[in-house]
Amino acid sequence: MIKIKNLHASIDGKEILKGLNLTVNAGEVHAIMGPNGAGKSTLASVLAGREDYEVTEGSVDFDGEDLLEMETEERAREGLFLAFQYPVEIPGVSNINFLRTAINEIREHKGEDSISAKDFMALVREKSALVELDAKLASRSVNEGFSGGEKKRNEIFQMAMLDPKLSILDETDSGLDIDALRIVANGVNTLKSDKNASIVITHYQRLLDYIVPDFVHVLYDGKIVKSGPKELALELEEKGYDWIKEEMAAQ
Amino acid sequence: MANYTENELAQDLENQEYKFGFTSNIEADTIPKGLNEDIIRLISSKKQEPEWLLEYRLKAFKIWTEMTEPEWAHVNYKKPDFQDIAYYSAPTQTKKYESWDDVDPEMKETMSKLGISLEEQKRLTGVAVDFVMDSVSVATSFKAKLKELGIIFCSFSEAVQEYPELVRENMGTVVPATDNFYAALNSAVFTDGSFCYIPKGVRCPMELSTYFRINQGGTGQFERTLVVADEGSYVSYLEGCTAPQRDENQLHAAVVELIAKDNAEIKYSTVQNWYPGDKNGKGGVFNFVTKRGICGTNSKISWTQVETGSAVTWKYPSCILKGDHSVGEFYSVAVTNNYQQADTGTKMIHLGKGTKSTIISKGISAGKSQNSYRGLVQIHKNAQNARNFSQCDSLLMTDECGAHTFPYIECKNSSAKIEHEATTSKIGEDQIFYCLQRGISEEKAIGLIVNGYCKEVLNQLPMEFAVEAQKLLTISLEGSVG
Repeated sequence: MIKIKNLHASIDGKEILKGLNLTVNAGEVHAIMGPNGAGKSTLASVLAGREDYEVTEGSVDFDGEDLLEMETEERAREGLFLAFQYPVEIPGVSNINFLRTAINEIREHKGEDSISAKDFMALVREKSALVELDAKLASRSVNEGFSGGEKKRNEIFQMAMLDPKLSILDETDSGLDIDALRIVANGVNTLKSDKNASIVITHYQRLLDYIVPDFVHVLYDGKIVKSGPKELALELEEKGYDWIKEEMAAQ
Repeated sequence: MANYTENELAQDLENQEYKFGFTSNIEADTIPKGLNEDIIRLISSKKQEPEWLLEYRLKAFKIWTEMTEPEWAHVNYKKPDFQDIAYYSAPTQTKKYESWDDVDPEMKETMSKLGISLEEQKRLTGVAVDFVMDSVSVATSFKAKLKELGIIFCSFSEAVQEYPELVRENMGTVVPATDNFYAALNSAVFTDGSFCYIPKGVRCPMELSTYFRINQGGTGQFERTLVVADEGSYVSYLEGCTAPQRDENQLHAAVVELIAKDNAEIKYSTVQNWYPGDKNGKGGVFNFVTKRGICGTNSKISWTQVETGSAVTWKYPSCILKGDHSVGEFYSVAVTNNYQQADTGTKMIHLGKGTKSTIISKGISAGKSQNSYRGLVQIHKNAQNARNFSQCDSLLMTDECGAHTFPYIECKNSSAKIEHEATTSKIGEDQIFYCLQRGISEEKAIGLIVNGYCKEVLNQLPMEFAVEAQKLLTISLEGSVG
């Protein structure tokens, strides 16, 4: 699905990613954990195509294509989805209108016709139920006046609507209470299939109780320094990140 | 890589030609350039006007010669040479058309380029269109149907011939020739425009619509619109404009007068898209307009405008709330891009008891443009319990543009309640990125964000006009985020 090789990226001349390697296959869920400032959100931003970051070295192959050559919107249309850590408010634009525009842009990209109003509304009903999102929120302005939990659920709702190949969840668990966490995780698990994949970025192990990863990676100082099965997350939870730092320092 | 293609795109968009920039080659009858009493007499005689109207024009001309151009607006431009303008231009075919089949094919094509195929409008939207090409009205539809209800909707010239008493009684009562420099000029040289009269208790069953268009190179256009809603009547009036691309500046100085008698309501909507000049600020229309309405007891006047065009705009649709419990509303979206300058707003003059006014103004500045809101809320001493709510928002698209707000409040009655809210924000790169990440192109993203920002105003427009306005906003701001 995605092959990241020796990825270096910097912002304002400061290097954040320093040779990151990661391969994710279809049907897999990968968790990326790491201390603050390790470069977790930078990775998400670089993959999504945020312009503030400059890629200085390395390559990213996304389903056989050069991801780094694609424009931001093209990446999205090819099936890369980022669930934002801080979802953005767009006053006066209804969620429905926003999503319908997005779906039609993606369909146009694939050479398909626009979605009919009837099919679209049926999809809205089905997918909003999945994340227990109030139908009223679907017709309100994008994220405007939403609570923290509602914003995150709205991200997963959008993910469900757009049906991406690769989802990157950037700290989706931050600011969620346990019920919201369960709902969000349930949404992600339901959407999982052998045709798509997810990268779950998180600071805490808590989310991984609900979204069970196939692999856990530790990101530290711009590189993946340790990878392992889901048990690695528990070890990190128990011991913190200091032992990793020490290990790295010893090398 | 990403940066390079983006800049390239922005450049392509900037170099894009004005989408409605085409010229019609219809034979026109133009009088020599210049302005003096003889020219005014010539205009008046060409239009076979009654003596009183000629006198009105000459008096206005005399007033105008004694006035100087106003300079208080926050705009900068080369003042027009009033002697270098031809004040009258009319398509040479004077014969009125019996049916649409008789209309000059080229004129029809012009209309279809404007997206206002009359046949379609008639059939689908129920809009009666009075199409003004340059100064003479060439067509009026739906007249018979309106006539049944006693509604008069015709060109101003026709009204002067057919309903001279109605015109004479009302013209200049809201905007007198002495009002300001451009109103005086208009009163002296206006060539045509629209006239509308709704009789007592009649609710006009369709939106009345006039499309203005400047067509003849070098002709200034001086429109005059008069809408009279008699007691207890209702009318919704639409005005929309596009102009062909020009290198020289074209002066437009219109006067619009609205009279809402007791218990009447007038809703006046405008979508204005005149040529704004090129990306270097060359050319474009000067739009110096005086629009004002007066309200009787319990009546209501609502102005809605979407302004995207013109090089320089100077426009303040206003309400004189004379009757007790009358209501004035002003909803405005003003977009400026490249080197456009707009100084626009409203005046709400509260004279009667319990009068209410609402002002919602949304300014959007892009490129190197300057966008100013200028508003006056005036509460006179007899206006017990008057209320006003004003909201002025500004959205900045680049670091080089400007947004300015000049709100004036004069209150002479302590029972008044006046609220003013203002915000300024910059279009967020975060918002754009969020849209891009969902697969939405930058152009559509800007359209979505801007239309969302203007929603409160666009909601006031009649449906088909709102759609047109949304498209216009998007076109006007293509490639403008910086």
